Amino acid sequence: MGEDSGKSSTPWVWGLLLPYIALLWLPFYNAKEPAFAGFPFFYWYQFAWVPLTSLLIYLVYRKVK
Amino acid sequence: MSTDTINWTALGVFVFFFALVTVIGFFAARWKAGDLNELHEWGLGGRRFGTIITWFLVGGDFYTAYTVIAVPALVYAVGAYGFFALPYTIIVYPLVFLVMPRLWAVCHRHQYVTGADFVHGRYGSSWLALAVALTGLLATMPYIALQLVGMQVVIGGLGIGGEGFKGEIPLIIAFVILAVYTYASGLRAPAMIAFVKDVMIYIVVIAAIAIIPMQLGGYGAVFDAADKAFQAKGGATGLILQPGQFVPFATLALGSAFAAFMYPHTMTGVLSSSSGDVVRKNAMLLPAYTVLLGLIAMLGYMAIAAGISVKSPTAVVPALFLKIFPDWFVGFSFAAIAIGALVPAAIMSIGAANLFTRNIWRTFVNPNMSGPAEAASAKLVSLIVKFGALVFIVALPTQFAIDLQLLGGVWILQTFPAIVLGLYKTRLRPSALLLGWAVGMVVGTVLAYQTGLKPVYPLAIGGATYPVYIGVIAGALNLVVSVVASALFGAIGVGHGSDETQPGDYMLGKAE
Repeated sequence: MGEDSGKSSTPWVWGLLLPYIALLWLPFYNAKEPAFAGFPFFYWYQFAWVPLTSLLIYLVYRKVK
Repeated sequence: MSTDTINWTALGVFVFFFALVTVIGFFAARWKAGDLNELHEWGLGGRRFGTIITWFLVGGDFYTAYTVIAVPALVYAVGAYGFFALPYTIIVYPLVFLVMPRLWAVCHRHQYVTGADFVHGRYGSSWLALAVALTGLLATMPYIALQLVGMQVVIGGLGIGGEGFKGEIPLIIAFVILAVYTYASGLRAPAMIAFVKDVMIYIVVIAAIAIIPMQLGGYGAVFDAADKAFQAKGGATGLILQPGQFVPFATLALGSAFAAFMYPHTMTGVLSSSSGDVVRKNAMLLPAYTVLLGLIAMLGYMAIAAGISVKSPTAVVPALFLKIFPDWFVGFSFAAIAIGALVPAAIMSIGAANLFTRNIWRTFVNPNMSGPAEAASAKLVSLIVKFGALVFIVALPTQFAIDLQLLGGVWILQTFPAIVLGLYKTRLRPSALLLGWAVGMVVGTVLAYQTGLKPVYPLAIGGATYPVYIGVIAGALNLVVSVVASALFGAIGVGHGSDETQPGDYMLGKAE
C-alpha cells in the first residue's frame, strides 16, 4: 500500500512498519528466557508491543494531524 | 459440556444482567434520537458516535464472545501457537490508522453506508459491488452462528442446557430478545449494550488474572504447569513455537489483520463514528482491548494449571470459572460472555442487512427505494439473518459453523484489493478486480477443501515446504491477477468505469 498525497505523507509513517517486523519475524522472540515476572520472553515481548504500537501511532498522529 | 444440576445462584445473577441489557436495548432507540426510518440512522446510528462510544462499540464488536471461548481453548490445546491472536490484534491497528480514516471520509461525503457502496461509487460497477456485498454476507453468517456457540457454552455451564431441542430453548429465547431490540433500535442498541458488556468483561478478566494465579501459585507456576503438560502431550504443542510453526503463525497473524476490518460488522463500527479523527484516535486506543485479549488467552494456561479436563476445548473457560469463582461471580462472568455474544451478533446482522438492502435489493431489484423503504428492508433482513444463524446452530453440527467461519476469513480477505487499493490513487479496472476476486475466492476455497478445512496449506517454495495461511495465498494471487489483468485489459481498450469520487473526498478536513 503506497502512501500518497496529502497530510498522511510524512516519513514517520514508515515507523508504523516496525510492529510488523518485530512481531512477524519469529526468531526475534521465540524464546523462554529472559523471563519477566514469571512470563517467558515469548509472552511479555508480545504484550510489550501493544503499548509500543499505540505510542508509534500516536507519534505519527501528531505529525499528520 | 453441561452439568446435570442447575446452579441457581449463578443462574439468578445471569438472568438479572441479561434482563438489564434487554431493557437497555429497547431504551437505546431514544438515545441520541434520530429518525429510525432512515437507513443511516438505524444502521449507522446516524454517524454520531464519538471517540469513547466508538471505542466501546468497536471493542465489543471486534473482540467477540466466541474469541473469549475459542482463544483460551486453542491455547489450552496447543500452547504458544494460539497466541497468534496477539500479533494479529496489534498489527491490525497501524493499518486501521492509515486506511480507515480515508474510507470514513469518502463514505461520509457520499453517504455510503457499506464498503460495497464505496466500491460501487469508486468503480462505477454494480457487479464488483455485488461481489463485495455477497462476500460480506457469506463471511458474516457463520460468524453470527459462532456467537451463538459462545452463548450455548455458558448456558451449558449453568446447567440449563442439555440435549435435544429442549436444551436449546434458553438460547432461542436469548436470540429472540436480541432480534427484537435490534429491529427496534438498530445500531444504537449494541452501542449502548457494549458499555455494559465491556465493563463486565474487564471486571471478569481482571478478577481472573488477579485471583486465579494466586490460587495456583503465581504466573511462573502457571507457565511451568503448562510446559510440563505440553511436554507430556508432545506433538505440535509447547510453551514456545516449534520452528515449523513460524510461517503459519506469522501468516495467520498477517492475513487475519488484513481481513479484520473488511468484515461488515467492523466496517459498520468504523463508519458509524462521527469523524475521521475519531477513527484515528481509536486506532491508538483500541489496543487496550488487545491487552485484555492476551490476558484472556492466558486463561488457557490457567485451566491447565488448575487441572481442568474437558471433553471439548470450548468448555475450558466455563469449567475454569466454575472451579475457581464463587457461584454469584460465575453468574456474572457467564452473563458477561453471553452479552458479549449479543453485541457483535447484533452489529453483524445490521452490517449484513445494510449490504443486502443497498447493494443487492436497491441496485438490482428496486432502484427507486425511498429512505424509509431502505430502513424497513434492512430491519427485516436483520431478522432473517439472525433467524438463519439460529437455525444453523440448532440444526447443524457446531463444527460446520467453525469450518465456515474459517473460510469466511479467507473469503472476506478477497475484498481487500477492491476496497483498500480503491482508497488510493491507483485505480485498477473493475473488471480486473472482479477477476482477481473470483480467482482468490476459488483458490482459497479449493485449498481449504484440500487441507480438510485447516487454515494453512503446505506451500512448496524452492525445494522447501512452508505451511502458509490460505487467506494469504489466495489474497496474494488475487492482488497479482488484479494488477496484471488491469494492465492487459487496458491494452485491449477496456475502460476504467466511472468514478464519482474526487481525490479530496478521501482527506480529513482540518476542522475534524
